[in-house]
Amino acid sequence: MVEVESLRVVRCGGSELNFRRAVFSADSKYVFCVSGDFIKVYSTATEECVHILQGHRNLVTGIQLNPKNHLQLYSCSFDGMIKLWDYIDGILIKTFIVGCKLHALFTLACAEDSVFVIINKEKPDVFQLVSVKLPKSSSQEIEAKELSFVLDYINQSPKCIAFGNEGEYVAAVRDFYLSVYFFKKKTTSRFTLSSSRNKKHAKNNFTCVACHPKENCIATGHGDGKIRLWRNFDDEKKYTYTCLHWHHDLVMDLAFSVTGSSLLSGGRESVLVEWREAAEKNKEFLPRLGATIEHISVSPAGDLFCTSHSDNKMIIIHRNLEASAVIQGLVKDRNIFTGLMIDPRTKALVLNGKPGHLQFYSLQSDKQLYNLDITQQEYINDYGLIQIELTKAAFGCYGNWLATVEQRQEKETELELQMKLWTYNKKTQGFVLNTKVNMPHEDHITALCFCNAEKSENPTLVTTSKDGHFKVWILTDDSDIYKKAVGWTCDFVGSYHKYQATNCCFSEDGSLLAVSFEEIVTIWDSETWELKCTFCQRAGKIRHLCFGRLTCSKYLLGATENGILCCWNLLSCALEWSAKLNVRVMEPDPNSENIAAISQSSMGSDLFVFRPSEPRPLYIQKNISREEVQWGVFVPRDVPESFTSEAYQWLNRSQFYFLTKSQSLLTFSTQSPEEKLTPTSKQLLAEETLPTTPFYFILGKHRQQQQDDKLNEALKNELVQLPLTENIPAISELLLCLSLDVGYLFW
Amino acid sequence: MAGYKPVVIQAYPVLGEKITQDTVYWNNYKTPVQIKEFGAVSKVDFSPQPPYNYAVTASSRIHIYGRYSQEPIKTFSRFKDTAYCATFRQDGRLLVAGSEDGGIQLFDISGRAPLRQFEGHTKAVHTVDFTADKYHVVSGADDYTVKLWDIPNSKEILTFKEHSDYVRCGCASKLNPDLFVTGSYDHTVKMFDARTNQSVISVEHGQPVESVLLFPSGGLLVSAGGRYVKVWDMLKGGQLLVSLKNHHKTVTCLCLSSSGQRLLSGSLDRKVKVYSTTSYKVVHSFDYAASILSLALAHEDETIVVGMTNGILSVKHRKSEAKKDSLPRRRRPAYRTFIKGKNYMKQQDDILINRPSKKHLELYDRDLKNFRISKALDRVLEPDCAIKTPEITVSIIKELNRRGVLANALAGRDEKEISRVLNFLIRNLSQPRFAPVLINAAEIIIDIYLPVIGQSPVVDKKFLLLQGLVEKEIDYQRELLETLGMMDMLFATMTRKESTSLLQHNTSDGFLENKKIES
Repeated sequence: MVEVESLRVVRCGGSELNFRRAVFSADSKYVFCVSGDFIKVYSTATEECVHILQGHRNLVTGIQLNPKNHLQLYSCSFDGMIKLWDYIDGILIKTFIVGCKLHALFTLACAEDSVFVIINKEKPDVFQLVSVKLPKSSSQEIEAKELSFVLDYINQSPKCIAFGNEGEYVAAVRDFYLSVYFFKKKTTSRFTLSSSRNKKHAKNNFTCVACHPKENCIATGHGDGKIRLWRNFDDEKKYTYTCLHWHHDLVMDLAFSVTGSSLLSGGRESVLVEWREAAEKNKEFLPRLGATIEHISVSPAGDLFCTSHSDNKMIIIHRNLEASAVIQGLVKDRNIFTGLMIDPRTKALVLNGKPGHLQFYSLQSDKQLYNLDITQQEYINDYGLIQIELTKAAFGCYGNWLATVEQRQEKETELELQMKLWTYNKKTQGFVLNTKVNMPHEDHITALCFCNAEKSENPTLVTTSKDGHFKVWILTDDSDIYKKAVGWTCDFVGSYHKYQATNCCFSEDGSLLAVSFEEIVTIWDSETWELKCTFCQRAGKIRHLCFGRLTCSKYLLGATENGILCCWNLLSCALEWSAKLNVRVMEPDPNSENIAAISQSSMGSDLFVFRPSEPRPLYIQKNISREEVQWGVFVPRDVPESFTSEAYQWLNRSQFYFLTKSQSLLTFSTQSPEEKLTPTSKQLLAEETLPTTPFYFILGKHRQQQQDDKLNEALKNELVQLPLTENIPAISELLLCLSLDVGYLFW
Repeated sequence: MAGYKPVVIQAYPVLGEKITQDTVYWNNYKTPVQIKEFGAVSKVDFSPQPPYNYAVTASSRIHIYGRYSQEPIKTFSRFKDTAYCATFRQDGRLLVAGSEDGGIQLFDISGRAPLRQFEGHTKAVHTVDFTADKYHVVSGADDYTVKLWDIPNSKEILTFKEHSDYVRCGCASKLNPDLFVTGSYDHTVKMFDARTNQSVISVEHGQPVESVLLFPSGGLLVSAGGRYVKVWDMLKGGQLLVSLKNHHKTVTCLCLSSSGQRLLSGSLDRKVKVYSTTSYKVVHSFDYAASILSLALAHEDETIVVGMTNGILSVKHRKSEAKKDSLPRRRRPAYRTFIKGKNYMKQQDDILINRPSKKHLELYDRDLKNFRISKALDRVLEPDCAIKTPEITVSIIKELNRRGVLANALAGRDEKEISRVLNFLIRNLSQPRFAPVLINAAEIIIDIYLPVIGQSPVVDKKFLLLQGLVEKEIDYQRELLETLGMMDMLFATMTRKESTSLLQHNTSDGFLENKKIES
């Protein structure tokens, strides 16, 4: 079936949506954003990703609409190319090869056939704004080497460059300088803030700049939260500025509305502020946007705004400051403590999300499904505050139960620990808090796992802690004559010579529990909680522990910190084999006997796939990543692949995903990524773009019929049963957000 | 995008009795009125008709009390010896009572002299009751016989000699005039049918039967004897449904609540227990000063009357429902405002979106939402909140600490305000569940107010108190550790040569790490 190609590591979604400002199409129907090596086209109405424009070979750093044809889009990338796209059909039209690394892209309506890019010459810290002449030619790939220098010594971020008053001048800020270059006069003026010249640690450095579209007015944002409006800057002596101050932390981005009547600003407060008529008194707020506002953009039609947030989210906001759509990617700005998990119900990837939340992320659609609020506390965003961290989570009983552990440690002795157990409510399609345990252990919890055996009638959870104990929690009936209720209680506390308990694992049938105490592995009978036997290899503390599955269920695997991988036979209670391997990640495949181990060496990370029954690996992939791999997980496939090659057979039933230290989500694939895009999304796009003119009514109907027939055929093949949208918490929360009427001050 | 999340108030498990709808219902009585009778109160019976007077049998007298009267409104004292079991007829106009000498007397409530006297028993008659047709009386006596009497001509109709010991309790069916039940010290409860001359069902209770009770439907029979209360299904021919053993001593009396949902039993162990008649679990229990002999509930459970061996009659009245003074009605929106859109039928493809219900925030939450931290702290330190619900106060202090603003909220207070904080600390510092948070707060207070110490004698005194408290707590901890060490040693000697140490119990009841407070 599948052509055997070489297996390669591919990035699978989850890339940053908030790297650069989003760009709206001229009719505000679509919003574009850069996402890793791709450009994504989202519908502003449905939040669906309708196209992924791919062709760049490195990070895309800037996108702009073609001012001459608003159905085309320019993009630039670190690979030194400027590409012109037809975003409606998702076709690459032209490629201009510039050659050097491009950091940002600007277009101007008045600048005929040239665009502006930021490049860095010689020194790594010196950036220049240059204009690139795009030669006219019919060929696909054109060399564009004609660069003309505009401004020097600028900031690399495109937020620090702005073109104003229909391209009369360009303003750039860096540190404590504002420089303005007038195209007609070909002169540069420089302004500094008088107060900042002598102070060493002045905080009022420039952070961003925006230019009024009609007037000669420049707005600059500063590190101390002030916004300055500069006027009369064509004269270096008579210039004036006024100050707007509301933000208490640095201003992250500024944007003027299309008419220039209002100015938008945002920062770490997660509040979008609209300054009307550039007056301090006249301001409106859209608070509680969830995370730091990184970028603000305004649609050319003027009816929509878009804010990009640090939690990898874009919010489409109406002109009247009402959020209308949220495009949420994988949240990545936090440490991942929980590791990667798979929700057995939705097959979604589950990991730490927003602070105190668990995110459910769909790998297929590269979209966040929903957030589960675990800590249920107001998030206070302040520098230096010790936040509650969600440190552990585990699913049990086919996704019916979810256990989470959160902790907060202010001082050495003051540990706050809370374990929560959530039950899945079929009616509301979400997790509901069932039991809250305060201080389940006296020290950090190192691991928790559910007994996922098929026959077990009573759900069982085991937690291990640094306090030297492991605790067994069981679900008990807590009902009386007034109500039916279930709750979790501690059933058994075990310890082994006061060693710290570090890992725990249930065997596949749930009959045995393995708990590692530093260097020693103990095996417990899960019926009577009797200690059955111990294994000790004196090879350092146990870092990972897992039982073999299916035909290999008589083996127990342990990876130690000294770089030894041991395999014990549970029947003979003896070491079967051991290998020298510095294992960072060890994950068993739920659908087969295979176990994936990722080892870390100075060269990079290597992947080994093996079966516990034999020490010889089935598959080795060297150097899957230069960074340290932190977590990995097997995701069961919906439709099994049929790799015939023996080396790839381990990928038949499950796919392996892993997360590196810089939080890029990677996987193995032999296919090219283009095949992923479903045909339906293309159809949708084509239909939406047809304008409803009288001509359309005559001709369009006929065409539509033909399309419908085609669409129906396509749909028949992949009929998807969607659940009723009512009462789904994520949806109702969304609807609630939309209908929320927020008009008062929060910050 | 989400709204303000209110502060999570840490819930602590409530020690002692759980608050349920039953405890609320049965605790909603006023303090009992005590009436001293001449002897042990063997029977209390409420008139089934308004005004729901009740007859109390004690020694050789029968007193009739009004609902709220402390003095008897009528007394029947024409007994030569002890009277037993004064019982009202269904219409509340006749009263029958047995006596120690074997006679049965029938009284008119309005009269004084007995209307009828039934002679025929040779020994004390401990139980009498009217049958459902109102014209017959059933009696059981210590001569082992059960007799049925005709009221109009005061003749004995039937005699049953099936019991082999004293017959001490009985009860006539409320539906069938021919059926009645008697319990005897021969451990049996027998159901008799006047039409057949013999018992129709006999059940073995296992102990001398002190009290029997038929459910209004007649389908279930409850018998009490020894420590047991047993429920029998009469429709299945006297099958034991459930056996309850919740008393420490002999159960002497039974009673049903007016709804029939709850069964009450009184016992010599001075307790009244309330059972649910669906699950037969104890849902509530009352304590009394002396052993209980008799128990009765008024219409609608308005009054609980309990008679005890020491001759005290305890009368508890239900608290009258506090009628809320309705505030002057504000002008409400017009009717059409409420029905707007209500008659819209949902179509198939429509998605119903309810208007988000307005979240009510507590006052401290509103303050926190607007970052008025000192105000929020002041609010939860009000005596009303700090004494009744200290967990709210502690949760707010914890939240302020989490926000990193506790020091700001505690600073800048005058003598009165700081002494309020210190009062709260003194009251709650030693509680293990609050200690980690409050020790931290105490440290911050000491850091802030150390420079101004000695300026106010009131505050200085509070600090000294706090110091004393901490010293005492340290002593306690030391003692606890000593005890723990001793226990460990004992356990160590008991578990010999076990390769593993299993910890089955938690001994971690709050080791507060204490800090020296230098004032």
